[in-house]
Amino acid sequence: MASLKDLKNRIASVKATQKITRAMQMVAAAKLRRAQEAAEAGRPYADRFDRVLGNLARALEGNDIGARMLVGTGKEDTHLLVVATAERGLCGGFNSSIVRLAREMAGKLIAEGKTVKILCVGAKGHDALKRQYGRHIEDRISLRHVRRVSFADVDEIAKIVLSRFDAGEYDVCTMFYARFETVMSQVPTALQLIPMSLPQADGDEDARTAQAGPPAAYEYEPEEKEILEDLLPRNVKVQIFRGLLENAASEQGARMSAMDSATRNAGEMIDKLTLSYNRQRQAQITKELIEIISGAEAV
Amino acid sequence: MAELLNFELVAPDRLIFSGEVEQVTVPGLEGDFTVLAGHAPVLSTIRPGVVDIVVGESDTQRYFVRGGFAEATPQGLSVLAEQAIALADLSREQLAGEIKNAEDDVADAGDDATRTRAQETLNHLRQLAEAL
Repeated sequence: MASLKDLKNRIASVKATQKITRAMQMVAAAKLRRAQEAAEAGRPYADRFDRVLGNLARALEGNDIGARMLVGTGKEDTHLLVVATAERGLCGGFNSSIVRLAREMAGKLIAEGKTVKILCVGAKGHDALKRQYGRHIEDRISLRHVRRVSFADVDEIAKIVLSRFDAGEYDVCTMFYARFETVMSQVPTALQLIPMSLPQADGDEDARTAQAGPPAAYEYEPEEKEILEDLLPRNVKVQIFRGLLENAASEQGARMSAMDSATRNAGEMIDKLTLSYNRQRQAQITKELIEIISGAEAV
Repeated sequence: MAELLNFELVAPDRLIFSGEVEQVTVPGLEGDFTVLAGHAPVLSTIRPGVVDIVVGESDTQRYFVRGGFAEATPQGLSVLAEQAIALADLSREQLAGEIKNAEDDVADAGDDATRTRAQETLNHLRQLAEAL
């Protein structure tokens, strides 16, 4: 049994930890609000981009357009995995769930005899992947200095992704990030960037295209092909940007709920320790009393 | 009163302008064009330049845009730009940076067509710098 002094020290230290986790939770909550706003503000752009590009691609369907970014290189031998994680830990399962998804995919591809190259965005993904897939990691990008993801920050990543594609270093590019659903749930997602995955024509989309009239009626300036060639690399950038925004919101959401439960755990621990501290103190008082009484009786 | 045009100017990080306007002039890759309500569907990429929005008789707004495209549909016009800055907020230094970019583009151009285009952009930017 720990002595009274030990218990007192432990209570004090758990209290200090609780203060830190509570502060982190509050910071994460404030950051979450900003990140969520940013993610939501970024959606109109990405959605419209998707729609226009989808229309364009459908209008050009069947033509031999030769845009490799849309149709692929014709083979699937080399895969580039862009793993976007946070720079910091202490955010629950956020990093590990993204890494797990990437690891599964990498394992599957390697088992199929394909070449896997990995590009790490954020320190945590690199830390987690380097042991198993260290020799597959081609490059890592740090976003540590970035406080709020802006479109310019994506340039660096997009440049690497695009230049390597142009150089023929890989055939398929997939990005891993966590989609922000709610504060409590972030869904690790794999998004294929190259060749571009066209938005599925679901009911919603059908309604919209019906409303907008047949997409083939557009007049293109310059030619369709030129527009497509201009827009496809931009699309990669837009998608990466969206992924990073979603990731930022997810990270803060995950950290907030992780810190919330840490704070609650610390509270429970303090209660338990306080209880045993009080019991022990009571036992000691009783013991002292007995000693005094029995001493007096003996006289 | 003429029919109004639904116009949206969207940057990657936010919706900059959304509302009904009289007309918008867009710096298309192959020349500026003005869109009024009921314009034929057009999809055009844009070059660095100024989007001129005429909201009402005495209300015009101008934004410097770079990289992206404009889409005109029967429902309205949307301009998606990678960068959009209100002309009032655009500083000389930023513009100087843009001009330098454009000069690099001219120097790097691989073939005549791209060079001509880059040169046009550069000229346009220089005009803009003088006007500012």
